[in-house]
Amino acid sequence: MKAVDIERAVARLAAEVADRARAEGSERGLAIVGIRRGGVHLAGRLRKRLAKLLDHEPPLGTVDIALYRDDLDEKGAVPVVGPTDVRFPVDGKTIVLVDDVLYTGRTVRAALDELVDFGRPRRVWLLVLVDRGGRELPIAPDFVGERLSVLPQEDVQVRLTEGGAAEDQVIVTRRTP
Amino acid sequence: MIGRHRHCLGLADYSPEDIVEVLDLAVSMKEVLKRPIKKVPSLRGKSVVNLFFEASTRTRSSFEVAAKVLSADSLNWTASTSSVSKGETLIDTVKNLEAMRPDVLVIRHSAGGAPALVAQRVDCSVISAGDGSHEHPSQGLLDCFTLREKLGSLVGRTVTIVGDITHSRVARSDLYGLARLGARTRVCGPPTMIPPGIEALGPTVHTDLKEAVAGVDAVIMLRIQHERIGDPLIPGTREYSRLWGLNARKAEEWLSPTCLIMHPGPINRGVELEPEVADGPRSVILDQVENGVAVRMALLYLLAGGPEAANEAKA
Repeated sequence: MKAVDIERAVARLAAEVADRARAEGSERGLAIVGIRRGGVHLAGRLRKRLAKLLDHEPPLGTVDIALYRDDLDEKGAVPVVGPTDVRFPVDGKTIVLVDDVLYTGRTVRAALDELVDFGRPRRVWLLVLVDRGGRELPIAPDFVGERLSVLPQEDVQVRLTEGGAAEDQVIVTRRTP
Repeated sequence: MIGRHRHCLGLADYSPEDIVEVLDLAVSMKEVLKRPIKKVPSLRGKSVVNLFFEASTRTRSSFEVAAKVLSADSLNWTASTSSVSKGETLIDTVKNLEAMRPDVLVIRHSAGGAPALVAQRVDCSVISAGDGSHEHPSQGLLDCFTLREKLGSLVGRTVTIVGDITHSRVARSDLYGLARLGARTRVCGPPTMIPPGIEALGPTVHTDLKEAVAGVDAVIMLRIQHERIGDPLIPGTREYSRLWGLNARKAEEWLSPTCLIMHPGPINRGVELEPEVADGPRSVILDQVENGVAVRMALLYLLAGGPEAANEAKA
C-alpha cells in the first residue's frame, strides 16, 4: 500500500466506525485504544478523523501487551515492556482497539485481557489496517483497511511518518532465515 | 541488554545501563499498581521463594506483593520458624528449597556474601534482599527510582547519606547506584561509623551534619543498626540525635527548600528523625515504599523471564 492508499483506508475506516457508532447510539461512549507499538500512531490518526465526523474528540489510550504475552518462556530474552496509558474509565465504553497488522491474533488476545483489567467495556471493536490472515486463535476484525495474502515466511511492515518513515507505506518482505 | 544478569546480588555488578533498564521497566510496573485490577499474568506459573534469615516486614512484603501482582506464586520461609533453628546449614536449607523448583530465590541473611554463595550452588536466579553490611540492591534501586521520579536526571545532583555508614548495606547500594547515575554523594555520621576507604565508592566524608547537608538535593537518613553493632560506637542515642538527627528546626535552617528526605525504614523516631520531619512535606519515605514494589516487580520480571533467556542473551 502506498501513502495515498493508507490515507484513503484510514478515512474509510473512520467513516465506518462513525456510522456504526451512530447506528448503535454509542458515539458519545466511543474510545480509541492503540496497541503498542504499531497501533499507536494509527489510533491517533483515526481519532483525528473521528473528532471531525462526530464533533467531539473520543478519549485515546495505549496498551502495551508485554506483560500479557503467552510466550515468555519461548522468546530468546524477556520482551521489552513499554508504557500502558489508559486514563479514561473503560466501564461502559465502546472501545475501538487498533493495531496495524492482524496475524495470529495472539497480540489481540493479550490486548483484550489487558483491557478488561481496566474495567468492563460495553463492547470492543477490532480495527486493523492490514489483515494478513494466518489466525491461530478465533479472533476476527470488525473493521479492515486491506486484506493481503501473505506467505508465512513473509513479514508485513506498516511504516508511518509519525514513526520516522519518509512516507507512509505498507511493505511485504521475505524474512531472512 | 534485557536479561543480562542472572542474579541480583549487588549494584556493584550493575552498569549504568543495567540500572536504567530496571528503573525504566519499573515505571511501567508502577502503572500496573495504579490500575483498578492490580494484576498482570506475565509470571504465571513461576514461583518465588522468599528466604529470610533476618527479621523484615517491608522488604519481604514488598517482594511478596511484587510477585503476586505479576501472578507468580510466592512462598515465605522464615528462619525462626524453620529447621535452621534445628541446626540445618544454609546450603542444606537452600538445596532443599531448590528441590521444590523455584524460579527465583530472594534471600536476606545476616552474613555478607551469603546470597552470592547460594547463587553458586543453585540453578535458579538469586536476588539479595540484604546481606549483612554488604548490599541491599533492591533498596538501592528503589532509592534511585524515587530520586529520579522526583528530580528527573540525577546527573550533577548531590545526595547525602547520614548515619551508621559502616553497618549499612543500604548506604553501600545507594552509593553504587547513585554514582552510576551520575549523582554526587556525601556521607555523614560519627567518625566511628564511617568505614575507612569509603571514599573509593565516590562520596566525600563529613562529620558535621550542617556542612554535609548544605545545598544538597536529598538526604537519606539511616537507622542505627544496634543488631549489627557489637561494642557501642556512640555514647548514647541522645547525643547521636543532637548531632546527627534531623528535627524541624535543623531541616528548616540547614536544608535547601526543595531538599527531599528519605529513609529506608524502619525509622527510630526521635533518634535520626523527629516525627515532624518524617511526616513533613519534604518526606518521600512512603513513596519509597510504594516504589519498592514497582522496582521489585521489574527485577522479578527480568530474572524470572528465565535463566535460559539470560544465558542466551550472554552468548
